[in-house]
Amino acid sequence: MIPLSSYLIVSAILFAIGTAGVFLRRNLIVILLSIEIMLNAVNLSFVAFGRSLGNVDGQIIVFFVMTVAAAEAAVGLAIVIGLFRHRESLNPEAFTTLKW
Amino acid sequence: MPETLVFYVLSGLAILASALVIGQRNPMYSVMLLIASFGALAGLYIQLDAPFVAVAQIIIYAGAIMVLFLFVVMLLNAPQEDAADWDRTHPLRQPGIARFGALLGLLLVVQLGWALMRASELDVPVAGRVDAETIGSVRQVGRVLFTDYMFAFEATSILILVAMVGAVVLARRETDQ
Repeated sequence: MIPLSSYLIVSAILFAIGTAGVFLRRNLIVILLSIEIMLNAVNLSFVAFGRSLGNVDGQIIVFFVMTVAAAEAAVGLAIVIGLFRHRESLNPEAFTTLKW
Repeated sequence: MPETLVFYVLSGLAILASALVIGQRNPMYSVMLLIASFGALAGLYIQLDAPFVAVAQIIIYAGAIMVLFLFVVMLLNAPQEDAADWDRTHPLRQPGIARFGALLGLLLVVQLGWALMRASELDVPVAGRVDAETIGSVRQVGRVLFTDYMFAFEATSILILVAMVGAVVLARRETDQ
């Protein structure tokens, strides 16, 4: 019998990995992949809590998260393609014109 | 006991693959490793009696979203990060900031561990309270999805439509006019 806390620990570790990826990597595609890792970590804790509480709602929220992730990936990758056309680079440091 | 072993193998695989995703220099390998991580997570969902989510994970994430990522990586010809530049000029590698960030990260880990130690009701077996039949069936998921969450489901379809139009508009070449 696996306790609920084990799933939550796995979820926390995955979320931390995703956060570290967003902070440490300087490639726009890998940053988007790290966001997907974070979304999946949250999905895992939703399903684990739903199973533990005997509630289907956890799985349904996961369904919606997946839909939003698909929309986010489509729009995000379109933006990445547009940025790459302008600067021929995937490094976020190349797109700091709006920072000042 | 075998299910404990399966849990440790699958979660270890998911964590290892995710850690390698952010450790690779080539984005192509990152995408492939993320597909492996999603496969392991689908196994965990099956163990949690959520077959609908597990299959959706494989079809939507590994099948659709990751293929989209692969297309973009190949389309942009997968530029590698410059290693020397990476090591020297990263803003988080400045000594003061790095030390402060490491301190905050350590604090977060201690806090999480402390919270998980104290919350004793989280130590219940995850499959203890309800049997798998009432929660795991796709029929139950569909019934709740199309009654209680009807509005959210329809709003999701509009979201997908907007995302599709937005992606087409954003990725279009501007020299067409």
